[in-house]
Amino acid sequence: MIQRMLAGGLIAGFAAGLLAALLHFAFMQELILLGEDYETGVLVHFAGAGDAPAEPGHSHAAGEAADDHGGNGDGGGASRNVLTVLFTGLTYSGYGLLLMAGFALAAQLGQEVRARDGLLWGLAGYAAFHLAPAMGLPPELPGSAAADLTDRQIWYFGTVIATGAALALFAFGRGFVPALAAGALLAAPHVIGAPRPDEFYGVAPPELAGEFVARALGIGFVAWAALGWIAGQLWAKAPA
Amino acid sequence: MREGNANAVGCDGKERHMYATTHPAAKTSTGLLSIVFVALVGATVLFVAGHAQSATLHDAAHDVRHATGFPCH
Repeated sequence: MIQRMLAGGLIAGFAAGLLAALLHFAFMQELILLGEDYETGVLVHFAGAGDAPAEPGHSHAAGEAADDHGGNGDGGGASRNVLTVLFTGLTYSGYGLLLMAGFALAAQLGQEVRARDGLLWGLAGYAAFHLAPAMGLPPELPGSAAADLTDRQIWYFGTVIATGAALALFAFGRGFVPALAAGALLAAPHVIGAPRPDEFYGVAPPELAGEFVARALGIGFVAWAALGWIAGQLWAKAPA
Repeated sequence: MREGNANAVGCDGKERHMYATTHPAAKTSTGLLSIVFVALVGATVLFVAGHAQSATLHDAAHDVRHATGFPCH
């Protein structure tokens, strides 16, 4: 059984991670690089207002900096992208292993997971790991303001655990009480509220940040759906 | 089941049934252990890739952490 979980989790995880990495390069990387240009001051948001100096220089400087990021500059370029593929694969492998452990636990408790159930599990994982935390801590475009890191990590993990537990209760609980507890767990992190920065001093344009968040959630949705679907197929078809 | 049956060893369908009823009890504890083990491996991989704050790991995983919505910096 342990081989079934490890092999299935890793295969499904790396496959979904590869898909997520492809989508990352198609939709996210240009926004990250642009956000970093604002973060480092190469570009200045709202340059016409306030005290932004030397406007004519901006467009030229922006062009140069963008080239630096895309080329083989300081840690950028090819090695940066290879690391992105590797770490996306690792992240989704972690998700895949957790998903397999969940399948096995459900089976132990008498709820055998069929191949087509995998997609539902994947969507639940997406809700727990991406969607619910993003309601309080939206994915950050570089150049955005954010609260203290430790506070955010505590809220993030608390939200993942509460949302996951709530969805499990909704799915497997029987009767009114588990459903009520699930609703409370689902709402609790958002009633408590995510940590916010004292001031909003982000230097990246909100238009860009909005696009970044929407794309991050969209890619997470696709990658988690793929992860759940593949994991379900592998789990159901592997020998026990 | 039928202990006095001369055909008991492997030839009796009910005898096999005895195996089936005792097997899952032994399987459950090792099953739970391996589930906990796999879950821990998964959580560790996730933590190292997405949340550990060592400078090297942070720089290597930077773009992924931003794009995945993990708290970063």
